[in-house]
Amino acid sequence: MSAVTILDYVRILPELTLALFGVLIMVADPLLGEKRARPLGVIALLGTLASLAATTWQAQHPGPAWFGMVRVDSFSLFFHVVIALVALVVVLVSFEYLEAEGIRQGEYYALILFGAVGMMLMSSAVELVLIFIALEISSISTYVLAGFRRRAAASAESSLKYFLLGSFATAFFLYGVALMFGATGSTEIAAIAQALRSGGATPLVYLGVALMFVGLGFKVGASPFHVWTPDVYEGAPAPVVGLMSTAPKAAAFAVLLRVLFAADSPGWFWPLWLAAALSMTLGNLGALVQSNVKRLLAYSSIAHAGYILVAFAASSEIGVSAAIFYAAAYAAMNVGAFAVVSHFAGAGERYVEMDDYAGLGRRSPVLAAALTLFLLSLIGIPVTGGFFAKLYVFSAALKANLVGLVVLGVVNSAVGAYYYLRLIVLMYMREGKEEMPAVRVPAGLAVGLALSAAATLYLGVWPQQVLTYALESASALLH
Amino acid sequence: MNSLLASLDRNILTLVTFLPLAGALLLVLVPRRDRDIRWLALIVTLGTFLLSLHLPARFHAGQPGFQYEVNQIWITSPPIHYHLGADGISMWLVLLTTFLSPLCVLISWKSVQDRVKEFFLLLLVLETAMIGVFLALDLFLFYVFWEATLIPMALIIGMFGHERRVYAAVKFFLFTMIGSVFMLAAILWLYAQTGSFDYVTLQEAIRLGHVPHLHSAMLWLFLGFFIAFAVKVPLFPFHTWLPDAHFEAPTAGSVILAGVLLKMGTYGLLRFNVGLFPDESRVHAPWIAVLAIIGIIYGALVAMVQPNLKKLVAYSSVSHLGLVVLGIFTFTAAGTDGAVYQMLNHGVSTGALFMLVGILYERRHTFDIQQFGGLATPMPAYATFFLFITLSSIGLPLLNGFVGEFLVLSGAFQARMLYGILGATGVIWSAAYMLWMYKRVFFGEVTNVANQAVPDLSARERIALWPVALAALAMGVAPMLWLASIDPAVEAIVRSAAPVLARMVAP
Repeated sequence: MSAVTILDYVRILPELTLALFGVLIMVADPLLGEKRARPLGVIALLGTLASLAATTWQAQHPGPAWFGMVRVDSFSLFFHVVIALVALVVVLVSFEYLEAEGIRQGEYYALILFGAVGMMLMSSAVELVLIFIALEISSISTYVLAGFRRRAAASAESSLKYFLLGSFATAFFLYGVALMFGATGSTEIAAIAQALRSGGATPLVYLGVALMFVGLGFKVGASPFHVWTPDVYEGAPAPVVGLMSTAPKAAAFAVLLRVLFAADSPGWFWPLWLAAALSMTLGNLGALVQSNVKRLLAYSSIAHAGYILVAFAASSEIGVSAAIFYAAAYAAMNVGAFAVVSHFAGAGERYVEMDDYAGLGRRSPVLAAALTLFLLSLIGIPVTGGFFAKLYVFSAALKANLVGLVVLGVVNSAVGAYYYLRLIVLMYMREGKEEMPAVRVPAGLAVGLALSAAATLYLGVWPQQVLTYALESASALLH
Repeated sequence: MNSLLASLDRNILTLVTFLPLAGALLLVLVPRRDRDIRWLALIVTLGTFLLSLHLPARFHAGQPGFQYEVNQIWITSPPIHYHLGADGISMWLVLLTTFLSPLCVLISWKSVQDRVKEFFLLLLVLETAMIGVFLALDLFLFYVFWEATLIPMALIIGMFGHERRVYAAVKFFLFTMIGSVFMLAAILWLYAQTGSFDYVTLQEAIRLGHVPHLHSAMLWLFLGFFIAFAVKVPLFPFHTWLPDAHFEAPTAGSVILAGVLLKMGTYGLLRFNVGLFPDESRVHAPWIAVLAIIGIIYGALVAMVQPNLKKLVAYSSVSHLGLVVLGIFTFTAAGTDGAVYQMLNHGVSTGALFMLVGILYERRHTFDIQQFGGLATPMPAYATFFLFITLSSIGLPLLNGFVGEFLVLSGAFQARMLYGILGATGVIWSAAYMLWMYKRVFFGEVTNVANQAVPDLSARERIALWPVALAALAMGVAPMLWLASIDPAVEAIVRSAAPVLARMVAP
């Protein structure tokens, strides 16, 4: 077995950087007084920036590391960038939120960084046990983050629910890993793929894939494993939901891509088809009847997981790249939407009902305009990232002759348009009930919003560059 | 100087399209001082209009095909091009847009007091999107601009309209959105078969029969485009959103809606339905003509019985646009020339009518015809403008409406006698309801005390109305100024739509 070289460290440098900064926050926390906690946020901010820099540097040195457990390629790099950017925006948004909520900040920022470490590892790990460990790192951080509004019962409920169901799901995943190991004699994706190609699939393999699919289906919030999402999203702190609904999902999709396609697993087509159809339909129908914005966005996230699974079902290189593109676009628009929601919610998250948004266009033109952009992108209106994301997904599915899924998807998009528009109508065309104060936009939030808005528009006007990356990632994954 | 003009020729379409958007971005940065914002919007829209005058000035009327073309790659996969170009049809529709926009700013000067910044921002974004719709020669780009008109217009209706504005805005949005989904499906199907979104390439491929499976899909493609455009026109029976949207919209919204947005529908029918699928258009012409005629007569009859001034004008649009569609589907040069001319006429006349109705509303806060009567006494200048525009709208000779109606009807008579006869009744109806309305509003004694001291037009309102009145006169007296460049473009489309048999016999 070859010795560990410096390259091995370079290939996990973004993760190392984040972990280091996380530890730094933990160490600095007791040194700073209770009041002076903002520097911790700045450290977290620097940490995400440093990991972004590390990712770009890492791009010069692709290849396997750590005895074949980790692999740096276009695929992992793409997800690293998405995760780092999401973490960056979430940290920016959290500054004001934490002060308004009176949350002790140290562990909060550290947990975001540790969670991001897990998510990044999920996208670069090519060995099932490491994938499992990465999944656990990311999950445990988010379980704790979900419960950070300690004084709110809903937050505790959210955390507990997420933890119980999440552990259950990871257990499924682990069981699946064990069965795959039993069937193929390896936990390395490449070795599994080889064994499956040469030896064919036994019933044990089918069972293993099915169990792993259950575990990951839970993590991405796809039907029928989605029931946790509305309650968890409703209770968790809003910036954390912005993180939970985007970065870990993108990472879990990355794992799903590896497990299904890179490992050449059999027997996933109909489960995927069904999960896609169910997620789109149940997500959109559920969202239609919500009156709480966080719950609405929770159901909408289920629907969007469904659209991504449509691209999975297409099972081609274009399909994979469409899924990757979609994950990036969804991260940009959803983290932005939650940035607005978390700031507008105010102290104690008082304003999270749809009716509270009435007249927001007058009280805070900036927040309303930003939220409108993100909602339009979630609908899939041209000139936003959401439009090209949907276009790529549906055209990939059409090329694979999945006409049924595409028709279902288009009908669902039309249904989706209705509830997103309802929010826009409320903001601009109705007057607020009581005299609510004008909403100020602090600097951190402004930068966060500007970043996500710029990303959403960039993906909608010049999607070419990111699509090229997505195509490269897809080919890196499949070959 | 020549090199400057040449470089302007190359970039003029991009400049005209995106100048309003640049103005909108500038507006975002300007602090909320309403006066500055109004002036800035006026300067930007006027600047765009002046710039757009370059188009007819340097247009080569005799030259077939598209001019001032820009064709650059926007996205490589799928291959979407930033392809703009103007022919005689699209050029004049762009000019109509840039002509009406500053007038919309003027007419909203006082009537929009709340959220001024948002209003003019939306107006400028809308202008860019509308111009883009007329100039785009890449089907995908066209769709992007088409959808981009939707949101600003819906917001203008929903934020600045009258009592039931939200209902009208949502209805408008849903109708158009659902209609355009079918168009997107048709565009994507064409792309899947040919690998191109380019209008010129696709037109050629369809004409030469190079599109696989086209024969079996033709009907669906035609209908996909047709539904999107028919909703927008709106053609009977897709018209139910229009009275609501028109009635609830603020004045400038109605002017833009009637003046330009409806033309996007008729333009689309001409450019895409007839332009891409000439044979299929011919096959379906009879029932489309029937729908158009129903629209002409039904719109006129409903307008006749409207007690509400603004709704009357709104329903008259259904009737007039029916005439435009009838003209297009006669497949005669005269009919189609007339249809294009009538699009411009309707933009000028109905745009002006909505401005006039809005001016009255600012003074009296009602559209109820019964509330008026004898207005000619307190408002002589207003009454004169109103009469002039009414006459232009009903097609009095020497005014613009006459030229368009005459051409459309002569085309209709050539195509089928019955079309001509029934279409001609529309002209009679419109004279009836417009003049009857005029009589009830302006003539007789002032019966309502509230009308006794209504102030006449202000200088700003006169400045907004003079240009349309002059345009109506000029277009009636010297139609060849416009038709000289419209006709070759129309000829090109009509020729491609010549009967299949005639083309086989011809050398």
